[in-house]
Amino acid sequence: MMIQYIAILLMLVGIYGLLSQRNVIKMIVSLNIFEIGLNVFIISIGYVKDGVAPILTSVNNSSSLMFVDPLPHALVLTAIVIGVGVTALALALARKMHKKYGTYELDEMGGEA
Amino acid sequence: MKQVISIILVLLIGVLIFGALYFSSDESLKFNEYGKVNLADRVSEKYIDKSVNGGSGVVEYQKSEGLESGSANYVTSIIVNYRSFDTLGEVTVLFISAFGVALLLGGKRKRQKNMFEPNFILKHGARLVFGLMVIFGVYMFSHGHLTPGGGFPGGSIIAASILLLYMADNEFRAKMKSLKATEGIAGSLYVIIGLLAVVLGGYFLANFLPTGIVGDLLSGGVIPIVYILIGLKVGSELSGIIDSFVTKEVE
Repeated sequence: MMIQYIAILLMLVGIYGLLSQRNVIKMIVSLNIFEIGLNVFIISIGYVKDGVAPILTSVNNSSSLMFVDPLPHALVLTAIVIGVGVTALALALARKMHKKYGTYELDEMGGEA
Repeated sequence: MKQVISIILVLLIGVLIFGALYFSSDESLKFNEYGKVNLADRVSEKYIDKSVNGGSGVVEYQKSEGLESGSANYVTSIIVNYRSFDTLGEVTVLFISAFGVALLLGGKRKRQKNMFEPNFILKHGARLVFGLMVIFGVYMFSHGHLTPGGGFPGGSIIAASILLLYMADNEFRAKMKSLKATEGIAGSLYVIIGLLAVVLGGYFLANFLPTGIVGDLLSGGVIPIVYILIGLKVGSELSGIIDSFVTKEVE
């Protein structure tokens, strides 16, 4: 239960960062914190108490055992990859902006360009 | 002022989330208590029993044979078998973002110097570790259907090994042409396997090869092949992104 509260708090920290920061790099970091919170929350939905990892091995060798839910894991794997792509694209944009305006602060990007 | 408004907005969103998830009077919106999930209520039970197309009984490690998805790792069997089309879209998104990075930072590029001059031990130690990292990455994506990990983490490890070489050597530059060729070939082979499955298996990205015994290295039908392709593709794509960031445009 605690981990779900912490995940939602992480999400809120990310939203706060996105709303209050005007530095492009800090906004990207906030986006990543938000994403991590969301991923932890989705994983926590699939948790089963005393469940084992959803992989058949020589120890956990039968599907009648109690496994944790594998579907959120698969969805989060997708989300992580998309997150990497979004972060890379955002950083490339930030670098392009820095090259043009000489700053990462949105407020200082005035009309000089 | 900005901070105050943000805090108020964040608190509002927090109250909405917490209220809807934990204090709602509507029972259908509420979550199960943490850890008290009944998998029989969820679609995941079908994935665990590998019985999406009809019951096949209990699956046993190294015993069950010819299942509809022969991967011992359930997450892999969802990603590369049941939801393979989703993964194809995901790989496409990664490709588009790598393409976008190359387009934004593009042009003829040359190596940017690191902040410090690497010494002899760092340079040659990094090459030693590089080999081990690549081997581990390849192990990870070729055993994706048996052990934790798979194409995406394996590819990331390979990209990290390339990043290590960039960090430890001021002159190093990956061969971009071969990276792009690997990426293109792996991506097209994934689609070709999907189209081949239309002919042999009846629908797009069907598992048309025999699935073998659960837990064997050569099991799972097309799963290991597709995961190796994904690993190569992700590794070369992320290496390309890294290269775009540590080089600068030639004036």
